[in-house]
Amino acid sequence: MFEKIKKLIEKAGWPRIIIGLFLLSLFFIAPFVGIKVSTSISDTIVRFAMNAVLVLSLVPMVQSGCGLNFGMQLGVIAGLIGAITSIELGITGLAGFLVAIVIAIPFAAILGFLYGLLLNRVKGDEMVVATYVGFSSVAFMSMMWLLLPYKSPNMIWGYGGEGLRTTISVEGYWLGVLNDFLSIKVGNFFFPTGTIIFFGLMALIIWIFFKTKLGTAMTAAGSNPVYARAAGVNVDRMRVLSVVISTIVAAIGILVYEQSFGFIQLYMAPLLMAFPAVAALLLGGASVSKASMGNVIVGTFLFQGILTMTPSVMNNIIKSDMSEVIRIIVSNGMIVYALTRRMKVRT
Amino acid sequence: MDEKNYLLRMEGINKDFFGNQVLKDVTLRVAKGEIVGLVGENGAGKSTLMNILFGLPVIHQTGGYQGKIYLEDKEVNFASPFEAIEAGIGMVHQEFILIPGFTATENILLNRESTKYNIFVEVFGERLKTLNRQEMHKRAVSAIEKLEVQLNPDMVVSEMPVGHRQFTEIAREMDRKSTKLLVLDEPTAVLTESEAETMLKAARKLANLGLSIIFISHRLSEVLAISDRLIILRDGQVVRELESSRTTPREVASLMVGREIKEGLSKKSKEFEKSEIVLEIKDLWVDMPGEQVNGVDLQVRKGEILGIGGLAGQGKLGIANGIMGLFPAEGEVVYRDEKLPLNNPVRVLGKGIAFVSEDRRGVGLLLDEPIDLNIVFTAMQIQGRFIKKLMGGLIKWRDDKEIARVAREYVDSLQIKCVSEKQNAKELSGGNQQKICLAKAFVLEPDLLFVSEPTRGIDVGAKSVVLETLKRQNREHGTTIVMTSSELEELRSICDRIAIVSEGKIVGILPPTADPADFGLLMLGEQEEVKASV
Repeated sequence: MFEKIKKLIEKAGWPRIIIGLFLLSLFFIAPFVGIKVSTSISDTIVRFAMNAVLVLSLVPMVQSGCGLNFGMQLGVIAGLIGAITSIELGITGLAGFLVAIVIAIPFAAILGFLYGLLLNRVKGDEMVVATYVGFSSVAFMSMMWLLLPYKSPNMIWGYGGEGLRTTISVEGYWLGVLNDFLSIKVGNFFFPTGTIIFFGLMALIIWIFFKTKLGTAMTAAGSNPVYARAAGVNVDRMRVLSVVISTIVAAIGILVYEQSFGFIQLYMAPLLMAFPAVAALLLGGASVSKASMGNVIVGTFLFQGILTMTPSVMNNIIKSDMSEVIRIIVSNGMIVYALTRRMKVRT
Repeated sequence: MDEKNYLLRMEGINKDFFGNQVLKDVTLRVAKGEIVGLVGENGAGKSTLMNILFGLPVIHQTGGYQGKIYLEDKEVNFASPFEAIEAGIGMVHQEFILIPGFTATENILLNRESTKYNIFVEVFGERLKTLNRQEMHKRAVSAIEKLEVQLNPDMVVSEMPVGHRQFTEIAREMDRKSTKLLVLDEPTAVLTESEAETMLKAARKLANLGLSIIFISHRLSEVLAISDRLIILRDGQVVRELESSRTTPREVASLMVGREIKEGLSKKSKEFEKSEIVLEIKDLWVDMPGEQVNGVDLQVRKGEILGIGGLAGQGKLGIANGIMGLFPAEGEVVYRDEKLPLNNPVRVLGKGIAFVSEDRRGVGLLLDEPIDLNIVFTAMQIQGRFIKKLMGGLIKWRDDKEIARVAREYVDSLQIKCVSEKQNAKELSGGNQQKICLAKAFVLEPDLLFVSEPTRGIDVGAKSVVLETLKRQNREHGTTIVMTSSELEELRSICDRIAIVSEGKIVGILPPTADPADFGLLMLGEQEEVKASV
């Protein structure tokens, strides 16, 4: 029995045990400071579902040796283009959501391809370069959002009649199309079945991909490029492919996020999109060169759990609104923790 | 010679690295003004001996050494190279330690410059004295003159030919007034013939001035020409001390290599003379750093085990790596009457040629992946095996069950020690990792197999299993094997023919039963000697 527990801990890793216990203790404290447990659990699950696909999008690039995709904003932008185009066309409901995905994919593929070619030129420094690719693409799009000829009155500035707004509501289009699908509602408790199923499908596709010949070659290229080359794998092509997949999944991920969140956020909003996803994946036990579906699920759940619970519990204890400050401390603290842990593993 | 006349005495030196004895009771004496040549194969202990003399940290970190070192009859034990230099021992390295952007003068006098007083010294101290360029020039010229070589003291090192860089290094040692003993570690390795000659002359000149020199080189003729005395190391022991004037290259070579031939030498070499040629290499050039191949011609016959031997850095490893497309290669390689595309691993692998790399951890393995994936990966990618086609071939699903089954087979037959075939490759010992690399090649069912350094860094037990396995593969499956190894003994025990590589070229092919001295001579680039005797 004791041996079994020891093995289980070893397998899960101490960081996850500690954070898991911390999260559990927050759930225990919650009722005493006047927070309903059902609401907190429900919030955690909803946030998990809306973020999980974004976290998932990191996996292909990690596996192929391109490191953590700090340039995720590129995929997010493709997703945003899909979203606003779909609204411009005025398609509502699930169809609108699917059209958004269909439009986003080619944009993501083209951006991902070019981004992949760039990353092949900076081997070893992918993550630093990726960060700045992400930042500059957001800045570039800030101009484009103003200039692109979208006309739908729901999206453009009321006074000038030109340029897209910073925040666009998807209400009346496809708000909650996945969240509400087969959803379960008991009092304050809400379970977003559709979003969970959608994430499950995406994760399954990625998992299957890494079980195929191509996916195995990609894993090998990430694990040891020289070995892969000696076995006849075109490492550069594998890397570009992984970047394309990561970017496409990120584009889909942001759409899933928006249908749950309710708003399309343009301009500087996507700027720091990559960081929480990266933090979640690392927290889940992934390294810079290896990530699994388990890492995605565990990491997203723990990260979003802490992010949901800490501010609400703290707010109620100190009786003032500190939520944003605490959110920043917790989320960035988590990245620092995760990245320093990575260093330790490396040496 | 009288005991007291020795400048340096290293007596009864013993050294082991974690239980692996690399020096056994080595005694080395150098008289004043004498040039002592130190020869031996790679791994004979030459560098370790010099590292001990210099007090390199690596020696202390691994538990020090036993024995005594006397310099001018005073016992010394240098804790660091600085102390050794202080005591008057100079070393000229194989790789130059010079500042490329500085002139010869500046390099020679680095940190020992002549200086002049200026006002800042009052405030900031000695370190801010002005350089006395004239004085420095004079000192540099005098150091160069001692060597009697042509070297412009004002030339920037980065613009010098390699020979001049070598002279700059030596001149630097000469400027130190205290230098009594100079260690030259392969000083001619990068020099052209005429430069080497000048270099040797300079060394002789220094010896005549009373400086003692320890000369390490793989070029036997040089060592014989320059040294007064030769010390031959083999497997960490001094096998003989010889007067250079009273020996022949043949004697030295045989002492250096000369192990007893073990039984079980393959004697079937004759059969292969008539068998067809599967692989013909014509004028192959490979740009592999440290293992340059400069125009190799070689024929491999069907069903044989061909050995490729030679000293490290001579290019023997480059041949297989070049053919397999891992390093840029040029030339013509014909495999079964078909020209083999170079620089293209996929095509070469596709033709049924497999390769076990000498760089096990770097090229041979996916350290973070399980054993079974390591074994079948190449077969899966190149031959499309271990794949289940789903949805009409749209999805090429990995057949994990079959992969595990085949991996278990190899784990059993090669006696790979592991918990299960799902264990990560990095958790295994070197020998077991090597077996995985072999399994990886065998699973391809190759007709021609290149194996490089299959027993490097693995223990004796694993060694014999690996060699046995190769022999069995050759016998039972008719696989033609080209094995590259630094260990001559190993090559002689399983090969049908052995080609020796020196300076990027094949210098001779011998049967395993040939005289060890001939192998030694070939390795040292003395092929004329061999031809004369055969």
